[in-house]
Amino acid sequence: MKLQTPPAPHMHSGIQLSSLMLRVIAALIPAIICYTWFFGWGLIVNSAIAVLTAVASEALMLKLRKRPLRPFLGDGSAVLSGMLLAFCIPPLAPWWITVLGASFALIVGKHLYGGLGYNPFNPAMVGYVMLLISFPLEMTSWMPPFILEQLEISFVDTLGMIFLNHFPYGLSIDALSSATPLDAMKTDLGLNNTVSEIMESNALFGDFGGTGWEWIGNWLLLGGLYLIYKRVISWQIPVALIGTIFVIGSFFFLMDPDTYPSPLFHIFSGATILAAFFIATDPVSASTTPRGRIVYGIGIGIIIYVIRTWGGYPDAVAFAVLLMNMAAPTIDYYTQPRVYGHARDER
Amino acid sequence: MHRLFQFKGGVVLKEHKKDSSAIPVRPAKLPPRLILPLKQHIGAPAEPVISVGDKVLKGQLIARAGDAISAPVHASSSGTVVAIADHPVPHPSGLPAPCIIIDTDGEERWRPRERNVFNFADLKPAELREIIRDAGIVGLGGAGFPAAVKLDPQGHEVELLILNGAECEPYITCDEMLLREHALEVLAGLLMMRHALNAKRCIIGIENNKPKAFRALYEEIRNTGADVEVVEVPTIYPTGGEKQLIQVLTGKEVPAGGLPIDIGMVCHNVGTAYAVYRAVEFDQPLISRYVTIAGSVAHARNLEVLFGTPVGNLIEECGGNRHTLRRLIMGGPMMGIALHTDAVPVVKTTNCVLVESAMHDVPLPSRNEYAMPCIRCGNCANACPVNLLPQQMYWYTRARDFDKVQDYHIFDCIECGCCDYVCPSQIPLVAYYRFAKSEIWAQEAEKRAADLARERHQFREFRLEREKKERAARHKKKRRAVSKGGSDDKKAAIQAAMERVRAKKAAQDSAPKNIDNLTPAQQAQIEEADRRREQRAKENHTPMSTEDSPR
Repeated sequence: MKLQTPPAPHMHSGIQLSSLMLRVIAALIPAIICYTWFFGWGLIVNSAIAVLTAVASEALMLKLRKRPLRPFLGDGSAVLSGMLLAFCIPPLAPWWITVLGASFALIVGKHLYGGLGYNPFNPAMVGYVMLLISFPLEMTSWMPPFILEQLEISFVDTLGMIFLNHFPYGLSIDALSSATPLDAMKTDLGLNNTVSEIMESNALFGDFGGTGWEWIGNWLLLGGLYLIYKRVISWQIPVALIGTIFVIGSFFFLMDPDTYPSPLFHIFSGATILAAFFIATDPVSASTTPRGRIVYGIGIGIIIYVIRTWGGYPDAVAFAVLLMNMAAPTIDYYTQPRVYGHARDER
Repeated sequence: MHRLFQFKGGVVLKEHKKDSSAIPVRPAKLPPRLILPLKQHIGAPAEPVISVGDKVLKGQLIARAGDAISAPVHASSSGTVVAIADHPVPHPSGLPAPCIIIDTDGEERWRPRERNVFNFADLKPAELREIIRDAGIVGLGGAGFPAAVKLDPQGHEVELLILNGAECEPYITCDEMLLREHALEVLAGLLMMRHALNAKRCIIGIENNKPKAFRALYEEIRNTGADVEVVEVPTIYPTGGEKQLIQVLTGKEVPAGGLPIDIGMVCHNVGTAYAVYRAVEFDQPLISRYVTIAGSVAHARNLEVLFGTPVGNLIEECGGNRHTLRRLIMGGPMMGIALHTDAVPVVKTTNCVLVESAMHDVPLPSRNEYAMPCIRCGNCANACPVNLLPQQMYWYTRARDFDKVQDYHIFDCIECGCCDYVCPSQIPLVAYYRFAKSEIWAQEAEKRAADLARERHQFREFRLEREKKERAARHKKKRRAVSKGGSDDKKAAIQAAMERVRAKKAAQDSAPKNIDNLTPAQQAQIEEADRRREQRAKENHTPMSTEDSPR
């Protein structure tokens, strides 16, 4: 009988790509429930659209590239990209926005670069930035968190709004939407109001960040800590990213608390926590050395703060991540760890 | 309590050690045929000193060390040498290698004792090393480096001698069983090694999953009052790696490209210490060792196996089926090699045989054949005990950019397999590194050959150029000498040369020739000789038809 002769090692931990991706998806679920609580069914519908589109695009590209379908569809990476993109799209955006974004993310952002493992940019962020630049109106029509207290919007209503552009109570998207807390802050600061005036006068703002948003942030934080605990992601990127925003935010806040919102506002508004634990930690496009990850996280934190404070966009997670994606290979090269038995300076 | 340190990374593995460590060790059955490879160690192969047909005794030298770094081979039992030929050996390539094959006579007759050592402390370290070298002792932990070489401090001060009983790979329990059953002998061997090295301190490191072995050693140290420390180390793979154990016990690192002796340390396996004891105390060469047999066998256990015993015999002895084999691993599941056939013999470095049957009764760990792309998750880097960046080495190996692979220190890789074990994409990383290493070696050999050829060529060019210059210089000197003498001298020189030529020609013409003044009889003789010569030439041209045809 012919014996099998595979190379050593002959055993494996059993951890697979799909189990990593599943854990990330699981970590997102509490935040999704919280999101739905504050903003209605929109995210659920968008997630479904985005995931279906992402998986279909992945299958199409695998077919065109003559790659096996089963292992690559089964790894769950397309599902995750779809879910992360849906998280960044306003809950009542028309369906074609989501379809366009998800297909662009997978086809251009992922497969044209060579598919899983070869994309230099985070696919979800590629899709998001394309949408933000091409369809600024649809992409900035966010709902205020207390809308559900005033209006009863059912699941079917949500489907009608997303798919048929049919709004209940004779409303329009303009009437339903409002600025995000980050956006409102930026606009009002431009009108020479102080931070405390802005936060007290507007019900959009909660204790630290935006009403509702800060709770979603809490759940994302919890999910992220679970991922660190399970070693799905490493601590360096989230800690460096949030720490940087905290340090810079504190510096300017202490200098002039009227012009610069508190560091906690920056951390609990917009997509900071989502970025720190779920987006910047995408292993394919991030730095991979331990020290490199710290540099990478710091870089993203700085860019987010700079663009939010002095740039033209209210939030900047996507730009910050994409810019640092470009820098990742260089960072990796200069942050190689000291190898056993080598002196520290010879790298 | 001894202060312990940590090495970076590593993995915690399922142990699978209970089954094989439950029953006491007994000698394996004597096989009818022993196959003894000439190379069971690192270094030059041994050279046979017997010939086919010779009767040999148990323990008799059958092949002597081939070089300074080599080890002799001894007959594991008495019998007759039936062949010195190629036979399958435990090697990943599956290629056969030269072996001495002995048909045993079942009498197990020992060669007469040659040496009596009454007190090893009276011996000089060099004498002790000679005994160890002559006994064919090599590192029994798996690498098989000649022990006598490693027991030579070569001018270094040896601060610490570490005895490695970590045994970090799953399934393997041969060192544990040896310590449980022969703690005193191992301890004695350690003291002999210490004498050879003149080492200041001794530590025995044992993973904390072997409390019985620890206990046994601890008791013996207490009973004998030996100045030896036994330390329990955490069970993390690969603690049993030499460099890792040194790091755990001392916090020091062996410099890259260096040896432990460079930082005043030497590390040996517990089995080696036992072999040293037997060689010194009983004048017994290394002809057997403890081997773990586990997996698809009715009785997983340890046996004391004579070198040369085919693996298949051990499987049958432990109640396994040789005919339904699917996979055989020699060594542990992390670093062991998959065997191509069960006819390969147990050699000095064989610590374990893992058996997997096609019946799947006791499945061995296995891995997915299909590898996904690397997602740069960095789990491999976290698991690497040497702090390499396995994912980068993998990328550059795939791109065949071997210069870059070396920049990432591939030659510091110990091939422990931790990166492979944790990779979520199930990439056979270690296989890639082995490939890269062998490619780099091949390239370097090629480069050396090319360099040599270029040097030769350059030297030839240089030599031709030099000769040309020398010739030119000679001519110039001559010409100068001629022209310096003025036109009269020149004319005179030409004149003289012409004279010489004329004189020579005249002398030739006037010299007598031997055919000038012949008698008629001589003339006739010459003519006849000419005729005969002609005749013979003609005969030689005729085909030799008659002589070849059958009569």
